[in-house]
Amino acid sequence: MRITQGTFSYLPDLTDDQIKAQIQYCIDNNWAVSVEHTDDPHPRNVYWTMWGNPMFDLKDPAAILLEVNTCRKTFPREYIRLNGYDSRYGRQTTALSFIVNRPPNEPGFRLDRQESNDRVIRYSLHSYATDRPAGDRYNE
Amino acid sequence: MSNAPAVTAPAPPAAPSAVDLDAAYRGSNISQILDELSLELVGLAPVKKRIREIAALLLIARLREEQGLTTEKPTLHMSFTGHPGTGKTTVALLMAKILQQLGYVRKGHLIVATRDDLVGQYVGHTAPKTKEVIKRAMGGVLFIDEAYYLYRPENERDYGQEAIEMLLQAMENQRDDLVVILAGYKDRMDTFFQSNPGFHSRVGHHLDFPDYSIEELVAIGELMVKRQHYTFDDASRAVFREYLVLRMRQPHFANARSVRNAIDRGKLRQANRLLARGGLVSREELARLDASDIRQSSVFQDAEPEDEGADDE
Repeated sequence: MRITQGTFSYLPDLTDDQIKAQIQYCIDNNWAVSVEHTDDPHPRNVYWTMWGNPMFDLKDPAAILLEVNTCRKTFPREYIRLNGYDSRYGRQTTALSFIVNRPPNEPGFRLDRQESNDRVIRYSLHSYATDRPAGDRYNE
Repeated sequence: MSNAPAVTAPAPPAAPSAVDLDAAYRGSNISQILDELSLELVGLAPVKKRIREIAALLLIARLREEQGLTTEKPTLHMSFTGHPGTGKTTVALLMAKILQQLGYVRKGHLIVATRDDLVGQYVGHTAPKTKEVIKRAMGGVLFIDEAYYLYRPENERDYGQEAIEMLLQAMENQRDDLVVILAGYKDRMDTFFQSNPGFHSRVGHHLDFPDYSIEELVAIGELMVKRQHYTFDDASRAVFREYLVLRMRQPHFANARSVRNAIDRGKLRQANRLLARGGLVSREELARLDASDIRQSSVFQDAEPEDEGADDE
C-alpha cells in the first residue's frame, strides 16, 4: 500500500528535476530546507530522523539534491522527505513537506480493534513494517 | 500545499537557422559587465583580453547549443596567478557575474575559501568541511585563495590531500553546478600544479596577473580617492606619487592593496589634522588630502636603507 503523506503524495513520484524545482521554490521563499528519513511510516510518527542540519546557507538546489541523493544512497529502503520551514514571525511552521524516497514495497497497515469497557471499541493503526525491529524493516 | 508551483518543463524554443550575433551579444548583458571591467580595473591588459576571449567562447558555445550543434561543455575552472593586490578577487567576482549572465552558473555568487575552510584538524574532519564549502558554492563560483597551501609535501599525513581529492571529484562530477577558481603566487602555483597533475588538466584557463606599473598605481589611487569622495590637490598628488615610488621598493608591497592602505592612513592623518586645528572647516577642506597628510608617512621618514614596511602594511 502506497502511503500518502505530505504534499504531492497522490502524484507519481517526482523526478530529480521536479524536486529541484520545488527546492528552488523553497529557496525563493527563504524557507530552510531539511532532509529527514524514517522506517516507521505511521501517520502519527512526526519525528523523523534528521539527515544533517537544515540547510540554511545553501543558495542552489543542486547542493540540496546532492544531500537527498546521499541520504537515498545510505537509506535506499526508507522513507525520505524534504521539508521547507518558513521561519517568518507569525508563521514559523513547515510550509512544504513531501516524500522523495520510499521503500520498494510498502506492506501497509492493519486496523486493530480493542474491546474496552461498556462495549466501547478503540481503534488503532498498526504498520506491518514495524513488526520487525527498527533497522531491519524493508530488508526484502 | 496549494501554493507550490506546478512543475512544467519549458518548451524548447524553435531554432532558427541563423542567429544575429550582435543581438545575442546585447541580449546577454555581458557587454555591460565587460565595460565595467575596463572602467573599474586599471591596467591588467592581458587579463582583460583573456576574459573577453572566454566570454566570446561561452557566448558562441551557447549559440551553438541553441542551433543543436553539440559542443562539449567548455571547462570553466580557472587559475589566477599574480602577486598580492593585483585584483584577483575582484576579477573573480566579475567572472562570476559574467558566467551567470551567460547561464553557465545559476546564481553567480562567489564563495572565498582558503586552506582553513577546507582542511580539517583531525581524521575525518576534512571531508565534511570541504563538502560543506562545495555545497555552499554550488550554483556559483568557488574561489580558493592561496591554493598551494592545500598541498604540503613535507607532511605525508597532511589532510590537505583529502581536500584536494574531494575538490577534484567535485570539479569533474559537478561541472554543471560549480566553477572553481584557484589563485595564488605564480611560482608556487606552478609547483602546486606540477605535484597535482589532476588539477592542471582540469583547469582550462590560466590567467596571469601582472604587477602594476607606477602610472597604473597612481591611476588606481586617483580612482580610490575619487570613489571615497576625497580629492588630491597638485602638491599632494605629487607627494603621493613620490610615496608610491618609495613604497614599491620596500618589502611586502601589495600593489593596489598598499595603495588603499596608504590612502586610509592619509584619511586618518587628515582627520587628526583637522581636529587638532579646530574651528571652522569648509566642505572643500573636508574632502582634500593635503601633501602633509601623506608626507608624514614612515615611508618618507626612513627612506634611507632601513626598511620599515612591516608596521606600514
